[in-house]
Amino acid sequence: MANLTLVEAVNQALAWEMAHDDSVVVFGEDVGVNGGVFRATVGLQEKFGAERVFDTPLAEAMIAGLSVGMATQGFKPVPEIQFMGFIYPALDQIINHASRMRNRTRGRLTCPMVLRAPFGTGIRAPEHHSESTEALFAHMPGVRVVIPSSPVRAYGLLLSAIRDPDPVIFLEPKRIYRAFRQEVPDNGEGLPLDKAFVTRPGTDVTLINWGASALESWNAAGELADEGIDCEVVDLATVSPIDKDTILESVSRTGRAVIVHEAAVSGGLGGEVAAILASEGLYSLEAPVVRVGGYDAVPPLARMEYGYIPSVQRIKDAVHECMEG
Amino acid sequence: MPVVAKFEITYTQFLDEHGKAQQELPEFAADADEMARMYRFMHLTRVFDQRSINLQRTGQVNTIASSHGHEAAQIGLAAAMRPEDVLAPSYREHGAMLWRGVRMSQLLAVWGGDERGHDWDGARHDFPYCVPIATQCLHAAGAALAFKLRGEEACAVALCGDGATSEGAFYEALNAAGAMKLPVIFWVTNNRYAISMHVDDQTGAETLAQKAIAVGIHGEQVDGNDLIAVRNAADIATQRARSGGGASLVEALSYRLGDHTTADDATRYRPDEEVERAARRAPLHRMKHFMQERFGWTDEQEEALIEELEAEVEKEVEAYLATPRPKIEDIFEHQFANMPAALQAQREIARRYPVPDHG
Repeated sequence: MANLTLVEAVNQALAWEMAHDDSVVVFGEDVGVNGGVFRATVGLQEKFGAERVFDTPLAEAMIAGLSVGMATQGFKPVPEIQFMGFIYPALDQIINHASRMRNRTRGRLTCPMVLRAPFGTGIRAPEHHSESTEALFAHMPGVRVVIPSSPVRAYGLLLSAIRDPDPVIFLEPKRIYRAFRQEVPDNGEGLPLDKAFVTRPGTDVTLINWGASALESWNAAGELADEGIDCEVVDLATVSPIDKDTILESVSRTGRAVIVHEAAVSGGLGGEVAAILASEGLYSLEAPVVRVGGYDAVPPLARMEYGYIPSVQRIKDAVHECMEG
Repeated sequence: MPVVAKFEITYTQFLDEHGKAQQELPEFAADADEMARMYRFMHLTRVFDQRSINLQRTGQVNTIASSHGHEAAQIGLAAAMRPEDVLAPSYREHGAMLWRGVRMSQLLAVWGGDERGHDWDGARHDFPYCVPIATQCLHAAGAALAFKLRGEEACAVALCGDGATSEGAFYEALNAAGAMKLPVIFWVTNNRYAISMHVDDQTGAETLAQKAIAVGIHGEQVDGNDLIAVRNAADIATQRARSGGGASLVEALSYRLGDHTTADDATRYRPDEEVERAARRAPLHRMKHFMQERFGWTDEQEEALIEELEAEVEKEVEAYLATPRPKIEDIFEHQFANMPAALQAQREIARRYPVPDHG
C-alpha cells in the first residue's frame, strides 16, 4: 500500500484508470514530458505513450473544446488546466457545450470528461494563480464539481469522476497537494460523487468545509476540543451537487453550523449550504449559521494571502459566535 | 487555377553571432551615445535578472521569470517607443519595463508578493505585466483604438511569447488590428519554449510572423538576439503605426536561456547542449564585440559598467527589502473607487487578525 500525498494520489488514480480503460486520455499544457507543473501527470506519458498523454498548444478554450469533441466521439478526456486562474477562456466551452450536450441532444451525444485544475491560495504564487471560483462552476447545470481534500478522497473521487458519464470539474487544492500523506490502496475503488464525508465526529457544532480549508478546520476543531467544544467536521467534497442529507443529519444532532471556505464569501457556496440549512434544517438550528470565507477582494499576493483565507483563529471565533448565538 | 493570395516573410539580421555586420547598418547604429545607452540597459537587465534569481533562491522573493537571453529583444523594442506610447507587457519583460522607467524595487515588490509594485514610477499609462497568456494583446489593440479615435500620433505595443500565439485572444487582437487598422505592434519574442513545449509543437506554421498575413497586417521575422535588427524593426513598425499605416506583427527569434520561472526545472525537458549552443548566440555577447569593434569599447569599460550596474541594482534591492509590509487594509482599499459598506465591514473584521507573513 502506498503512502501518498494528494497530488501523488491524483497521479495514481490517473494511472489506474488509464491502465483499465483505453478510452481515457490525458492532455494539457506541460503534462507530457514535464509531468505537469505540479507533477500530477508525471510518468504517465512514459507508461501510456504520447498518443494518450500529450501536450497541447497553449490555449485553454481549445483544451476544453477539444475535450467536448473527443468526449462526444467515444473518448474520456481528462484534460488539465494548469491553474484555475487560466480556466476562464474555457468557460464558454464548458457552460455552452460540455454541460448541455446531453440535454440538447436528448442523450444522443454526451460529454464524459474530467477537467482537472489546481486551485486556491497558499503557495506564494504570482497573480491569477490563487483563485477559488468553484461557485462559478457549481452554478452551471449539467456539470459536477468535485473537490478532494485528502489523498484517499483524491484517488477515489477522481476514479469516479472519470467513470461518470457526465462532465466533472475536478478542483485540486494545491495548498495541500503535499501537506500530508495517507495510505492510499491502489485498488481502483471509486468514492461516491454525491456524498459528503464526516472527517471528525462531534456533538456540539458542525464545521462544513471543502478544499484546503479542511486543514484549518481540522486544526481549529482540535484546539476547540481542548476548550471543551466538540466539533463535527464535514468535508463537502462534492460541492455540486451537494449532499444535503449528511449536512442536515449532522446539524440535526449538533444544532449549529459553521461553514468554512477559501473563496470570497459573497456569492460563495457557503451561501448555498446556508440556504439548505435554512430551508430544510431550520428547526434543528439553535443559532444562526455562520460563514467564514475569503473576503470579497481579489485574492492577494503572498504577503497578505494568509490574511485573506480563513485562519484557525477566525474559524475558532466563528465557532464561538455560533455557540453563543 | 488562379492564385488568389500569396505571401512571403522576411528575416532580418544585421549582426551575426560574433557581432560582425552582415549588411549596411541603419543610421542609429553609428550613434555612439544611443548604442551605449541601449547596451547599458541590456547589461542592467542581465544584472537585475541574476540578482532577482539569487533573491528567490534565498527566499526574498517568491518567483522570478527570467529574461536571460531576451535583453536585445526587450531593449531594442522599448528604445523605439516614445513616452506617450503604451506598453502592454507579459511577465518576462523586465528590460522593456526598466527602460520605460519602472524601478527595480517595484518589479521585485510584485514578485515578492506585494501588489503595490504595480503602482509604479515611469510610464504611468503602461499596463501592469500580464500573467494570463495573450490577454494583453487585446488591451494593446484597445489602447491603439483609443489613440486612433482621439487622433493621437501614438502607438500601443503588446509583448508576448511564442506560446501566446496559440491563444484565442492573440488572434482576436490581431484580427481587430487588421480590421480596424489600429496603430498597434504585436511583438512576439519567440524564445522557443512555452514552459516545456517547443515552438515546433505549438504550431504547424513555418513562422509565427506569417500569422499577420491572415488578418491583413504587416508581418516579419527578425533576429531577436541582434539589437540592431530589433531596434530597426521596432523603429519601422512604430513609425508605421503612428503614421496611419496600421499594425505590425514582429517575431523576434530568441532563446529562453533560463528556466520558465524559478519554479521550473528546464533540464527535465531540454538537452543541455541545446542551451549551450543558444548561449553562444546570446545578445550581450555579440553586442560586446560590436561595441569593441565600432566604438573601441574596452574590457575596462565593460568591467566598470557592470560594477556600476551591480551597485545600482543593489541599491534597489535594499529599497525593496526596506519597504514596510503592506497592511491587510490594502487588500480592500482598491477594489472599488467607493468602498461598499459590506466591504468596509469586512475590512473591520480583517483588522482584528494578525497576518502571518507568507512573503
